[in-house]
Amino acid sequence: MNPTVVSEAPGLFTADGLAGLVFLIMVATTIIGGYIACSAERLVRGVAGLAVCFIGVAAIYYYLNSPFVAMMQMLIYVGAVCITISFAIMLAAPEDSKKSGPSGPLAGPLGLICAGLATFGMVVLALRTSFPVVQKINMGSVEKIGVQLLTTYSMVFELVSIVLLIAILGALVIARHGRSK
Amino acid sequence: MSLTVLNAIIAVVIAIGFAALNAAYLVWAERRGAGRIQRRPGPNVNGPLGLLQPPADGIKLMTKQLVIPGGADKALFMVAPVLAMAPAIMSFVTIPFSDMIVAHSMNIGVLMIFAFASLGGMAILLAGWGSRNKYGVMASVRAVSQNISYEVPMLITVITIVMMTGSLDLKDIATSQAGGIWNWNIVPSLSAPLMPVAFLIFFTCSLAETNRAPFDLGEAESELVAGFHTEYGSMGFGLFFMGEYANIVIGASLITILFLGGWGCPLGLFPGVWWFLLKIYVLIFSFIWIRWTFPRTTIYGLLNLSWKILIPISLFNLLLTAGLLKVF
Repeated sequence: MNPTVVSEAPGLFTADGLAGLVFLIMVATTIIGGYIACSAERLVRGVAGLAVCFIGVAAIYYYLNSPFVAMMQMLIYVGAVCITISFAIMLAAPEDSKKSGPSGPLAGPLGLICAGLATFGMVVLALRTSFPVVQKINMGSVEKIGVQLLTTYSMVFELVSIVLLIAILGALVIARHGRSK
Repeated sequence: MSLTVLNAIIAVVIAIGFAALNAAYLVWAERRGAGRIQRRPGPNVNGPLGLLQPPADGIKLMTKQLVIPGGADKALFMVAPVLAMAPAIMSFVTIPFSDMIVAHSMNIGVLMIFAFASLGGMAILLAGWGSRNKYGVMASVRAVSQNISYEVPMLITVITIVMMTGSLDLKDIATSQAGGIWNWNIVPSLSAPLMPVAFLIFFTCSLAETNRAPFDLGEAESELVAGFHTEYGSMGFGLFFMGEYANIVIGASLITILFLGGWGCPLGLFPGVWWFLLKIYVLIFSFIWIRWTFPRTTIYGLLNLSWKILIPISLFNLLLTAGLLKVF
């Protein structure tokens, strides 16, 4: 395990410094969004926090030079997943039960210990991994992604579609069950 | 480096200015058009032809007090109008007005516009829920279910176009139609015989996506007071309004680029930004014309139209075009 060589930090008003600042803003957005999503008392606020978190993640994808994945993140997670969750909240229950329930045994000291362990594990992993500077393989264009999806990763692609099919069937079963009542 | 930063700032300022100017004067155009259609003058007192009405409205909206209803979720109530306006401005950045005038040409421009447009649904939901008003909640659920169901045929139609062009870049799509009206995507060709139908589907969907009559179920005044922005006054309402008109301009620009040859002239002469502006304003006029001519549909009719008619037709068109592109 080699000690990491830290090069001299760039000044704030150089190109690298500004890029770093933008990166930190994105990370902060993601973390703040995630915090709101976890701690909000009203579920709708939690969904709004989740949307902020997803937007932060999309921004990081864009920063990492893959705009296609960033736009997909926005389109699917913010545009579809968040809206579906808020639909479920609005249609499911009256106002009073839209608050999150009592905290389980994981809240408090046990939760703190778990979070600490998880963070420790992540930090150890991050420090032990050597991050090689990888050459840019291609432009991340839609065409390349499509070819990869239908050749190298076709198995994954098909399995994902099966998962979606199961989800749709499950939703139909639940909906039919609700109708007979 | 500094030049690109300057470019970006200028582009954003122009985008905001263009969106705001359009929002203000399209309201005037809409009211004058409505007046003509309903055989009354419309706003004609302030300035020549009533042209000073929009600035007066703007000053009124900006100076009014922002009232937050009791029991409303204050944070979400304040965020929603901004969330309605900001994505619309973002989308202007990637729209090419001519082969020279584009702020930031992306190779996934189409995708970017749809990604940001999907944020609009979130804004409507938060507005309706945050204002703690039963009409607001009902209207936002309606508006969002409508937006979701019309996004599907719209995206399928876009996929057809992308398949024909082989690019997600708006600039490439417009350039591939250069030369004259016979090259435009709306004209049926051997490999894509159903394109006029695709155009109609896309046009209908953009009416529905921008919540315009006859699909304005989200703000049906006769049933839901004013829909999801019932509780909004002053500039909160103003931002929703500006967002709506900015979205109309974006919808018209998308139709122009995807189907009507972008900045190309019908006869192939003098292509340029003037043709683009002419096409989008003709489209916007037809939006206004439709709004004041047709009565509002019902929510079931609306959803049935999308799921039972538009989606099957657009899927059929997609498959047909895919097959014929392989053959020819």
